Amino acid sequence: MTTTLLEAVDVRKFYGDTCALDGVSLRVSAGEFVSIIGPNGAGKTTLVNVLTGLTRPSSGRVRFKDIDVAGCGPVRLARLGMARSFQLVTIFPALSVADTLAVAALSRLRRAARLFSALARDTEVRAAVEEVAALFGLADKLGRPARTLPQGDKKLLDVASAFALHPDVILMDEPTSGVSTADKLAVMETLVRAAKRMGIRAIVQVEHDMDIVFGYSDRIVALHQGRVLADATPDAIRADAAVVESVLGIATAQARTEPGRA
Amino acid sequence: MIVRTLAAAAAVALLLLPLAGVPYTTTLLLPAFGYAIALLGLNLLFGSTGLLSFGHALFVALGGYTAAALTASLGIRSLELVLVAAAVIATIIAVPIGLLCVRYVKIYFGMLTLAFGMLFYSFLYKFYALTGGDEGMRVLRPVLLGQPLEHLDKVAFLTGPFYYYALGVLVVAALVMHRLVTSPFGLSLRSIRENPAKAESLGIGVRRHRLAAFVVAAIFGAVGGVLLVVPTGLADPLLAYWTHSGNLVFMLLLGGFDHFLGPVLGAVVFILLQDSVMSFTAYWRFVFGAILAVVVVFFPRGLMGLLDARRAVVP
Repeated sequence: MTTTLLEAVDVRKFYGDTCALDGVSLRVSAGEFVSIIGPNGAGKTTLVNVLTGLTRPSSGRVRFKDIDVAGCGPVRLARLGMARSFQLVTIFPALSVADTLAVAALSRLRRAARLFSALARDTEVRAAVEEVAALFGLADKLGRPARTLPQGDKKLLDVASAFALHPDVILMDEPTSGVSTADKLAVMETLVRAAKRMGIRAIVQVEHDMDIVFGYSDRIVALHQGRVLADATPDAIRADAAVVESVLGIATAQARTEPGRA
Repeated sequence: MIVRTLAAAAAVALLLLPLAGVPYTTTLLLPAFGYAIALLGLNLLFGSTGLLSFGHALFVALGGYTAAALTASLGIRSLELVLVAAAVIATIIAVPIGLLCVRYVKIYFGMLTLAFGMLFYSFLYKFYALTGGDEGMRVLRPVLLGQPLEHLDKVAFLTGPFYYYALGVLVVAALVMHRLVTSPFGLSLRSIRENPAKAESLGIGVRRHRLAAFVVAAIFGAVGGVLLVVPTGLADPLLAYWTHSGNLVFMLLLGGFDHFLGPVLGAVVFILLQDSVMSFTAYWRFVFGAILAVVVVFFPRGLMGLLDARRAVVP
């Protein structure tokens, strides 16, 4: 019996008359790597936003570590132990790599609102920053402003700052989008290794690159038109004719026509 | 390095100025100290947090009228008490205004702060019985650190004890502000300025931090306002008028908002420039408009950006 960390039950989300999510249920347990796949417009990003408390579902429940978190906002979820990274690179352009990671470390240590303590002398924050930077190969770039980093490093920094929260669960919206095909596997290796080292208990990702999805996932959730089409192991998904036709076919076609931003 | 040397030289010059026997220049600089403190606050909001207030003069006026009410109406002459009272009143007023304003960003934040500034101006202007209307309120000479100093005439008081008192308050304010921008709180503000959505996803409460910055800025504004009205002996509604807020923004852009000392430099240069330009033309506002245009277009990092070529990290 594994512990359920994150659970969505019969989640619906309407935007006006449009139904983005139509009764989605999903469960993420400790130790799992779950991928959410589906063609554009299947509701993947809406689902991530619902799971991370950014969007309140029209109906249904979202529970994280047995606490109702539907629409509770990202700040509360971050404190409860869930972190997310974004589809498009989301960084603090003018802040250095060290400062970016320090924001997360301070948040985790509940020190972000300290008015008068000297940040430069906080050895605990410094150690946390260096630990995460080393795991992501950013150790020699600590002083550089984030906007001067190459695109791949920006993506890594985005994810690294989320990791620096030491979350139980991390949700990554296309962790390898914008990364060249040649570098994708290296990025994933870095992420998975860092997650193991930092004791992250479960990873949920939205991903278009099927090599990565099938290479890393313990379980794959296929969305189509706001519904869960399939929720099974990679082998079972490969054998599922409906998924292959409506999701994989389209996804691989998209990946071919829109490299980098499928 | 060059900035440190210049700053040290400027500090020595400011310390020695009253001894140089130029009472005109010495009194001229007094408002610069008050403005510098108000601007340090304004820059926590703009430089660090990315919120440009067009209503900062509200809090400067609040400080000025607090000084007037305490010294003239209530007979409380201790300047330390006046400064503390101004800080407390600024907090009380800034919390509800800030709660509303920080729900918005960019031009909407700016317009809302402008509206509150004008609301306060109208209040000062219309509530004659309470505020003296357009005539304003007198500010009596305060007692510094319990020393009455009754034997000094006005110029001797202003160019001697008060000058050093104001300079001292500025130094303390700058040290406090430096501590704030180099603290975890300061970093949180910069992360919010850079990317609020990302900051939230890392667990930083964006509105809470913006509100805190707003209140701190208000306190600095009010403290600056107290020091501003002592030399003139008058608190009048124009302190809260939108052009006064505009001047504050001008000073900040002139000095440079991305350097910690930009606000201080901006205040001093503005005051000296205003004096020299006004002495040869009545159209000084025209000249200032041209200067502002040149600064924004060619020197967006202000005078401090010229002195310190490397990109400032703080704020």
